[in-house]
Amino acid sequence: MERNQQLRRQLASMRQSLFDQGHLDEQFILLEELQDDANPNFVEEVVTLHYRDSARLITTIERALEKSPLDFNKLDGYMHQFKGSSTSIGAKKVKAESTQFREYCEAGNGEGCLKTFQLLKRDYATLRRKLEAYFQLARQAGPNEIACRPK
Amino acid sequence: MSTASSSVTVSDQFPAGLRVLVVDDDPTCLRILEKMLGTCLYEVTKCNRAEIALDMLRTNKNGYDIVISDVHMPDMDGFKLLEQVGLEMDLPVIMMSADDSKQVVMKGVTHGACDYLIKPVRIEALKNIWQHVVRKRKNEWKDLEQSGSVEEGDRQPKPSEEADYSSSANEGNWRTSKRRKDEEEEIEERDDTSTLKKPRVVWSVELHQQFVSAVNQLGIDKAVPKKILELMNVPGLTRENVASHLQKYRLYLRRLSGVSPHQGNSFISSHSQEPPYGSLSSLSGLDFQTLAATGQIPAQSLATLQAAGLARSAAKPGLPMPLVDQRNIFSFDNQKLRFGEGQPQHMSSGKQMNLLHGIPTTMDSKQLVNLHHSAQSLGSLNMQASAHGNPSGQSSPLLMQMAQPQSRGQILTETSGGQVPRLPTSVGHPILSNGAAGAMLAINGIGENSRGTGYNSVSQTSSVLNFPLNHSAELPGNSFPLGSTPGISAGMSTLTTKGGFQEEINSDIKGSGGFMPSYDIFNDLQQHKPHNWELQNVGFAFDASQHSNSLQASVDVTPSVLVNQGYSSSQRNVQNSNVSAMGKPIFSVGEGSEHGIALNVGQHLNSLLVDNSTRVKSERVTDTSCQPTLLPQHFGQEDLMSAILKQQDGLGPAENDFEFDGYSLDNIPV
Repeated sequence: MERNQQLRRQLASMRQSLFDQGHLDEQFILLEELQDDANPNFVEEVVTLHYRDSARLITTIERALEKSPLDFNKLDGYMHQFKGSSTSIGAKKVKAESTQFREYCEAGNGEGCLKTFQLLKRDYATLRRKLEAYFQLARQAGPNEIACRPK
Repeated sequence: MSTASSSVTVSDQFPAGLRVLVVDDDPTCLRILEKMLGTCLYEVTKCNRAEIALDMLRTNKNGYDIVISDVHMPDMDGFKLLEQVGLEMDLPVIMMSADDSKQVVMKGVTHGACDYLIKPVRIEALKNIWQHVVRKRKNEWKDLEQSGSVEEGDRQPKPSEEADYSSSANEGNWRTSKRRKDEEEEIEERDDTSTLKKPRVVWSVELHQQFVSAVNQLGIDKAVPKKILELMNVPGLTRENVASHLQKYRLYLRRLSGVSPHQGNSFISSHSQEPPYGSLSSLSGLDFQTLAATGQIPAQSLATLQAAGLARSAAKPGLPMPLVDQRNIFSFDNQKLRFGEGQPQHMSSGKQMNLLHGIPTTMDSKQLVNLHHSAQSLGSLNMQASAHGNPSGQSSPLLMQMAQPQSRGQILTETSGGQVPRLPTSVGHPILSNGAAGAMLAINGIGENSRGTGYNSVSQTSSVLNFPLNHSAELPGNSFPLGSTPGISAGMSTLTTKGGFQEEINSDIKGSGGFMPSYDIFNDLQQHKPHNWELQNVGFAFDASQHSNSLQASVDVTPSVLVNQGYSSSQRNVQNSNVSAMGKPIFSVGEGSEHGIALNVGQHLNSLLVDNSTRVKSERVTDTSCQPTLLPQHFGQEDLMSAILKQQDGLGPAENDFEFDGYSLDNIPV
């Protein structure tokens, strides 16, 4: 009980900091609202789906950025997809960087794209790490939770 | 509860159980949408590939009520899917994207999406998607009615307008309209489930005999659906049934008499009230012979037609107008189509007015103008047709003019009658196309584009067909008339089917031997579409504007096809939901078409249509929603048409294209 309460407090604080630091926005809350008894791990499930799918995109973009000259149309297309996915889980910083990246694409600014992409990767990795820790804790703290990560 | 009939039978539970198919290549979004839709108590099926989604829709034709699709997908463009669904299944389709730029949203509208959601999609937006299903059905129903009741007419625009905006943005609006519709629908549904689902009318031999004798009794000229219905005195038969059947019949007669089957007029006429058409119809009846014989349109006939056409337009002021406006608003790719906008079309160059040339018209200038407009389009169309040596083409201009009155006026900005002169040879045809006027409108668009001389003629024919002979509400969509004209059918169909097709069709049409008209028509239709969309989901723009009939019919490849179209359109209207779907059947019908080329074109168009994914009438969303109930009814008419045509002309192809969901060809009595 004590332990559980502590865990929960920790969890809540973790969650709050994600918002405070600008990593997450309201969309994440909407996801949480969708979670119910029928889908108790819904948020984690979605986040996991997202990271699995977006990792592929990150790699693709990275490879495309290595080409010369840069194909801005393609890059924009990939980033559009990536952005959509990130938006749906509420990844605020990553979403902003995606938008910035697309703007650079439109302007044909290769340098800008590269720089932005570095920032994006960094924030993407940070959020991923934090969310993983969050869900792990949530599983521990959750009363009847069966820690099963959706494949 | 099953949604299949839920909307009709279980009003209070609705929209729970609404069967939604959601397509998105992004697994994250897909999962979230699935969950959200589930929370709305919908029955969700998710799919991450457009091709798979299409398969699912095809194999389970009546298994879904609405489709939600992402725009950007790797294997197939979302808009393409949209068109396909509209064409084949006539289901309301909602597009989504993180991209909220105006162009993309516009594209959604032009392709017939009934709504466009911006990602991230909120659950509130999804809660109201059922309105599109209801609306579509309602529109179809309304189309069926075609009674032209003011009430319905008023109501129509409302839903469509609301559909204009993304649901999330327009929640307030549609709640109101929705409420209204809810009440109406609920009442209808509760009282009589059959009201929404029109049972298909099977035109048995006896029934047809009764019909024919009634028509003969009245005189082909005076045979109006209402009177025919009264004479036949068959319980359960509605005016719409008769109207669409009459269209087909007229087309058939035309074909028999060797005149281009522009009979499609019905489209046009259907649009307007009966009385005006009556006169037109009579003309057509007479004209057939005359035309056939002399290929010249008796001045009187023309005048009559014109008058009729005018009357029609007068009768239905509402419809035609919007088209014009629409055009302005929507600048489609096909600039050519811009008829109404005072395009530089050759047609409108005062030549169009020629259509009426030599024909005493008592119409006042205003009407005349309308006619001109139609004439213009027709004229241009005809001109081209003439080039092809298509006599009917010529007549088309006349017809076109006629058609104009309805609402097509938009198309023809100038009734200078420039067109008329062109027709000299094919005078005969125009008469037939009284209804063509409507078609003309459609054709006008084509004329404008006048891709080639070839299609002019084509389009013309359609106008002829369109001529509202049937005016019996068959052709709500004025634009369809084009489809009715066999010649134009090719063009027409394209037009109607989708604005989007225009481009494609154009190219196709060209290949087909100059069926430019279709292209033009299409463009024209598209232009009309804007109007239509407002009213309804784009599906078939025409439908919306006119009565969506024409659009659907536009797919007509061949004259015969057109005719069917016309008929179908009326029928379709009921279904409304997917103009695209309509387009398809049309092709099949026209196969027997007199114009070989037309066939090609038609087929061509067909494919185009398919590709282009019919425009979903988002606005109006005729709620055809795959609910079988609605569709079957509509098809009944189409089936009838094809059946009739088949019977009469031995055309078999009619069935081929009826792929609509819910449209059961099985009903074809023949």
